[in-house]
Amino acid sequence: MSTRTLPLLFINLGGEMLYILDQRLRAQNIPADKAKKVMNDIITTMFNKKFLEELFKPQELYSKKALRTVFDRLAHASIMRLNQASMDKLYDLMTMAFKYQVLLCPRPKDILLVSFNHMDAIRDFVKDTPGILSQVDETNKQLIEVIYTPLSGGEFQLIRQTLLIFFQDMHIRVSIFLKDKVQNSNGRFVLPTSGPVPYGTHIPGLIRIFSCSGEELRRMQFRDGGNYSATLREGSFEMYGDRVIKLGTNMYSVSRPVETHMSGTSKNSSQHTKVNTTPNPLAKEELNLLARLMGGLEVQKSTNTDSGFRVNLFATDEEEEEALISRPDELSYEVISIQATKDKQTNAALAKIMGEFGETSEPAPSSSSKGDDLLAMMDGL
Amino acid sequence: MSKMYHKEKSIQLKSSASALYNNLSVLRIAPRCITYFTVVHANVVNMVSASWDGLNYSHRQLQSKEGNVATSSSLIMQAAWCVLPSRDLLVLTSQKGIQMYESDGSIMVYWHALDTPETPTAKAVFARGIAAVREKYICVGVSSGSVLVFDVPSKGSNITLSEVLEEHKEAITDMASECSGNLECIADLVSADDSGLLCVWKSGEDFQLLNKIPGFDTSCSSVKLWKGTVIAGYGTGQIRLYEGVTGILLAEVNAHARWIYSLDIAPFTGLLISAAEDSWVRVWHLSLTPETNSVEIEHMYNECVTDTQICGARFCDGDGYAFAVTGYDLSEIIRYTQA
Repeated sequence: MSTRTLPLLFINLGGEMLYILDQRLRAQNIPADKAKKVMNDIITTMFNKKFLEELFKPQELYSKKALRTVFDRLAHASIMRLNQASMDKLYDLMTMAFKYQVLLCPRPKDILLVSFNHMDAIRDFVKDTPGILSQVDETNKQLIEVIYTPLSGGEFQLIRQTLLIFFQDMHIRVSIFLKDKVQNSNGRFVLPTSGPVPYGTHIPGLIRIFSCSGEELRRMQFRDGGNYSATLREGSFEMYGDRVIKLGTNMYSVSRPVETHMSGTSKNSSQHTKVNTTPNPLAKEELNLLARLMGGLEVQKSTNTDSGFRVNLFATDEEEEEALISRPDELSYEVISIQATKDKQTNAALAKIMGEFGETSEPAPSSSSKGDDLLAMMDGL
Repeated sequence: MSKMYHKEKSIQLKSSASALYNNLSVLRIAPRCITYFTVVHANVVNMVSASWDGLNYSHRQLQSKEGNVATSSSLIMQAAWCVLPSRDLLVLTSQKGIQMYESDGSIMVYWHALDTPETPTAKAVFARGIAAVREKYICVGVSSGSVLVFDVPSKGSNITLSEVLEEHKEAITDMASECSGNLECIADLVSADDSGLLCVWKSGEDFQLLNKIPGFDTSCSSVKLWKGTVIAGYGTGQIRLYEGVTGILLAEVNAHARWIYSLDIAPFTGLLISAAEDSWVRVWHLSLTPETNSVEIEHMYNECVTDTQICGARFCDGDGYAFAVTGYDLSEIIRYTQA
């Protein structure tokens, strides 16, 4: 569907990831300098120029598996380590949060405002580091001018519909959402039939009849059954400004822990149909794209292993271990394991692929041998 | 005053409905006392046939055709039955092209590939908007704004592309043919696009453009044509009624608080159903007096499908006695019947 969805997906999921990591780093009392280094390293990697260039190219959305792999890599872009269970939980929270934001956006175009909320927060995280800040600003500018300002409402709706297909059938219960009563115990989000209408929409209720000459002949009211109020002012789509919409702002704080419930997955889990379950003949193409993307992700090699530390998304180590064991099968994320930085041979293969794409970056039709090399490299490592 | 409709037993689907415009199609087969329903889930069409006694349900799933080049998996934008005098065909529109099946989904009789570029372009490529027109045409819209007109023989697979109509500049969202059964109506087809532009056509060897009704910077996601009147649903939640040939605005309703996803008309009674992302399904009654070009709209009924963004709503019969609803992430078709 829409070929412009990936940047929005990446930035918003990345933003949520940073909110959660920031909260966990503070909750675990990680020393300020180390915490700052982690946040800076991840944000630097997220906004790596080459990486973003690949990301911003018109393309179809990646599979859940591929995207999870990108975020795994991103989360490990610094001295921080996450165990499998914590990484799973982090990803659950990120995806459910963005799903919620996409669903509740008043207008499809407001997804851009949600993205700006994330960008504003990211800018705030790195405001003391001019180098990274300028890269974030540059990306924001690109988002506004080149990519999204010329799009119509209908095209934004297509982006939204594409995102909703990506999030289809995900009903993981998130404690903070349950507490705030924005999610039901069956994992579905609450959609209120009250509140301000979107910018550009009228409050339901009025019927107007016109004559052939265009005069209004009469008007009537009907009872709409909801409790809607007038629209708020429109949020700003500029570099800086009041976004008005609160979706996409940081909902976590040290006192609001991050938890998910694994039990009570939706009754429909037996009917759960993943979009990519059938053997995917496109896997090679997707892996090629992924390789190009990952090739641009510079992973920090920590020279001093003492400075490394582990972050836990759960309250205790025991809980984390328990979560790993008890995670239902249908919720397991398959991750493509990549050791690209360690293996000289694979580095060469990646470099070769990167090099083969000239200035115009036309992806060469993947010859089966190259695809196989890549698959071999990525599987079973 | 008692409720006009009450909820019936839902029909379970093999997978949930995707958030796509007009994501429910219904085909009533009276001689066999069954009704077919189709709902799109990503790259799959879920087809259910339900017997009228409520005892028998059978399911079938149709996949989108990948096309010749092994590039990204093809998502389906819409599935709808086209009822022609001699045959009914099930049409699927996707990112790769247009598939036409016999009405029970058993055999694919025709495939038309879209011009998909080697590398993805900023503007997405897909087909969307399906309508059967008069005796032998099936019209399908494309993301470029083109409307493809297919000539369909009374039987067999010798379907041909007879014409390409180029009036729209934005992606086609929906199309509808005159459904009153009145052969005197001049306008046969209306097409709508993402800019809200409505084109009204007369069918024939060469389709003739009767009128272009400009939008107001808002996508028109669902459209119907009844007794020469265009009924259009917009992203702002408004419904507008236009006289088709002249383009005169007859009525405007602030109907919904969110994007409208589906409209349907019960041609025998003039009942209109509208459904939107705001969780509401609303039933209206239209009466038209063509001589005076005047319209009456009466609001009849509201149904709130709690916590659901509705993506499809259709009457199950020509009188509007029953209707069915689908919603994003819902794995069921919810049904309502008049009390």
